[in-house]
Amino acid sequence: MSSAGALALPSTSWRTRSALPGFGLSLGFTIFYLSTVVLIPLAALIIRPWELGLSGFVAEVTAPRVLAALKLSFGAAAVGAVLNTVFGLIVAWVLVRYRFPGKRLVDALVDLPFALPTAVAGIALSALYAPNGWLGAPLMWLGVKAAYTPLGVVIALTFIGLPFVVRTLQPVLNDLSRDHEEAAATLGASRLQTFRRVVFPALLPALITGSALAFARAVGEYGSVIFIAGNLPLRSEIAPLLIIIKLEEFDYAGAASVGVVMLGVSFLILLILNGLQALMAKRR
Amino acid sequence: MRTLSACLLGAVAVLAAGVASAADVTLLNVSYDPTRELYKAINTAFSAQWKTKTGDNLTVNMSHGGSGKQARAVIDGLDADVVTLALAYDIDSIAKIGHLMDAGWQKRLPDNSTPYTSTIVFLVRKGNPWKIHDWSDLIKPGIQIVVPNPKTSGGARWAYLAAWAYAEKKPGGSADKAKAYVAELYKHVPVLDTGARGSTTTFGERGIGDVLICWENEAYLALDEMGRDKFDIIYPTVSILAEPPVAVVDKNADKHKTRKVAEAYLQFLYSKEAQEIEAKNHYRPRDAQILASHPELKKLPLYSVDEVFGGWQKAQATHFADGGVFDHIYKPGGK
Amino acid sequence: MTDATMTEFALPRPRAATADHPVARALLTATAMFFIALFLLLPLITVFAQALKNGVSTALAAIVEPDALSAVKMTLIAAGIAVPLNVVFGLAASWAISKFDFRGKSFLITLIDLPFSVSPVISGLVYVLLFGMMGWFGPWLREHDIKIIFAIPGIVLATMFVTFPFVARELIPLMSDQGRDEEEAATSLGASGLQTFRRVTLPNIKWGLLYGVLLCNARAMGEFGAVSVVSGHIRGQTNTMPLHIEVLYNDYQFVAAFAVASLLALLALVTLTVKTFLEWHYADEIAAVHKH
Repeated sequence: MSSAGALALPSTSWRTRSALPGFGLSLGFTIFYLSTVVLIPLAALIIRPWELGLSGFVAEVTAPRVLAALKLSFGAAAVGAVLNTVFGLIVAWVLVRYRFPGKRLVDALVDLPFALPTAVAGIALSALYAPNGWLGAPLMWLGVKAAYTPLGVVIALTFIGLPFVVRTLQPVLNDLSRDHEEAAATLGASRLQTFRRVVFPALLPALITGSALAFARAVGEYGSVIFIAGNLPLRSEIAPLLIIIKLEEFDYAGAASVGVVMLGVSFLILLILNGLQALMAKRR
Repeated sequence: MRTLSACLLGAVAVLAAGVASAADVTLLNVSYDPTRELYKAINTAFSAQWKTKTGDNLTVNMSHGGSGKQARAVIDGLDADVVTLALAYDIDSIAKIGHLMDAGWQKRLPDNSTPYTSTIVFLVRKGNPWKIHDWSDLIKPGIQIVVPNPKTSGGARWAYLAAWAYAEKKPGGSADKAKAYVAELYKHVPVLDTGARGSTTTFGERGIGDVLICWENEAYLALDEMGRDKFDIIYPTVSILAEPPVAVVDKNADKHKTRKVAEAYLQFLYSKEAQEIEAKNHYRPRDAQILASHPELKKLPLYSVDEVFGGWQKAQATHFADGGVFDHIYKPGGK
Repeated sequence: MTDATMTEFALPRPRAATADHPVARALLTATAMFFIALFLLLPLITVFAQALKNGVSTALAAIVEPDALSAVKMTLIAAGIAVPLNVVFGLAASWAISKFDFRGKSFLITLIDLPFSVSPVISGLVYVLLFGMMGWFGPWLREHDIKIIFAIPGIVLATMFVTFPFVARELIPLMSDQGRDEEEAATSLGASGLQTFRRVTLPNIKWGLLYGVLLCNARAMGEFGAVSVVSGHIRGQTNTMPLHIEVLYNDYQFVAAFAVASLLALLALVTLTVKTFLEWHYADEIAAVHKH
């Protein structure tokens, strides 16, 4: 915590002076709390795999089964994030800009993936999409097997991520003044042009944040996925399940290795996206 | 007059005893997945018995989950007074890795510390449309098998070992043939759930698969819970003698000063009363008489882990450990 | 969303220029509704349909049963501690990040996001690695008879970890968007930091903050994976509602499981209704905030 204190001291070299007070206090507390709740526990995770040595770590995470599971987790999460970006934007737009009966209800529903325990979500989704379920049966008839395949994983991960995009967009869309849009319209821009040139750029940072969060959340998801995934090694086995399996074998180091890789990749993705967002915020 | 005073004295004595020693005692029994119904009944019976014997109010708290996960929780610090797990290997781990009891725990109670046994059977859809009668029928083309993942489920390990024992011990069988058979068998599996209950649900509620390989008690419970008109239980010609052992976790029991009640609790599992409860919950009691009075628990030849696999430590190391035979089955190109 | 609606109410709509074409509007609405129905509504209906399969009284019986009530209590304790702490953190973090320029800012934001990307399984595991018997502090804790994992503190910690970024994440973009002119004006007029925060910043971010708290709370109550690792699953003692649901489901008590699940879903719907009510009640205030 001494580092936090040192960081909190206002020094002109690494920050620009501001007229506002409370920088030391707020940043100090931020870093203290962040360290206690997140960073120190994660350090325990990151230190663990090195009992194996570097070569052991590399061998652990490049085993075909581990690679296949990582590919599935990251791939399905990416597909889910793309789906959520497109549909999440539409949903947020509709919820903020239009009025229609039942809007409140729909708005409330968006939070469902947060409120519903992931295990229940998994059970409900697998009941829906199983070959004898309400949606699984018609899909089966179309020749699509949803539950117990990688497609099932995508469905669960899309479900998990949706609120992130919508809820990140809503406040920004709310705050977005319509003056610019009006100006664009009076200058003769079509509605689509206005959206593309005026609205979309303003929304982009929030949109990126939202999809990044949806993606990051989906990568590690466990509870809702295991019920619908099928869990076949090399085909429909997700990385968090592999972690559990390794724990069952008392292979703490192996479990932590897979965990560290997942953590590292998600961290990098988040870092890049946040950097991008900061860049765009500056441009505006 | 004398009788009256005697009565009074007695009443006072009883009251005093009641006041002085009626303590509230709690035990934590950490168990595996399918024993929920069993221990609910056992706990009620034992608490009543303990109350009349000592006057203490006993509450037995339960924690259920996959056997391996539960063992790990105890090692990590879950305060179990007794463990009642699916296989000896998991309790061995508590002794060896957690150092919470001594390595000779399995000798402390009769019958390898296993008051009841079970075996592995098949559950098929009503009428047995695929005519599945034995292990060899399972790998007919087109059949889909539901079984949990041996990596995460104790019952699944017993199922795997039962299949292996059948293929190795049948006339003309060998270890190599057993490996080929088991590999073929897992090619028919569309869903590997993490636990026994998950598999039963996948098979029963979601309608996946043609046959479920599961605990005998789990199969009967599925009939009770999901409807007798939906499934049939098929006994193969041979199966495995599944021994789910019980033990007092020494260090925890001593710390909580519950050793006496913990030991009595486990011994109770061998009593006539408990053996009858076990049989009613479709476990095979050690008591031959009670077992015989439950003809639905069919007699069939059962291999033990010791005779086919040389004990659990060896079975675990060869088949289920990282890089073991089971992993090999799922190696790409290792088909 | 509300203020947009409210503005439409308030003004006799001179805004045709910014309205979408009716066809586009209908198409977008239909797409949104279809997506919501497929991914959110149907699973929700499944939950309620399963819960009420055997009538309301069976569902109610499952909820008032002692183990279920103890699970509700555990969930309330965990959320009751985790959410306020994360709110304080969220306010501090977003103040520091949005009102000041300093190096390493986007790195800090990424660190705050980190718990989102950590698998729930891992978030539980890290506390086992720290406080478990095989972990760093486990033996010491045991010697001193302090229980963290497989007891309430572990559950609270895991919940805090999982819901860590919610409030901060909601506020940072909002406060960055609003800039710092208003606050700077207030301080130059002699307001203290706390006054500035209370009078200027807080009213501006009130609704975003509320969103954040609601999300944080909903997630805190619904968390399964992480809590599952540190709870020990002792029936009636360390089971939270999601864990109790899993227990019931594994007991073949499907109806009871979905009954408790629908309670969680209802809880979410109730908080959202409260939010809606507040927005309606303070509509003028919100509109005023957004006018200047």
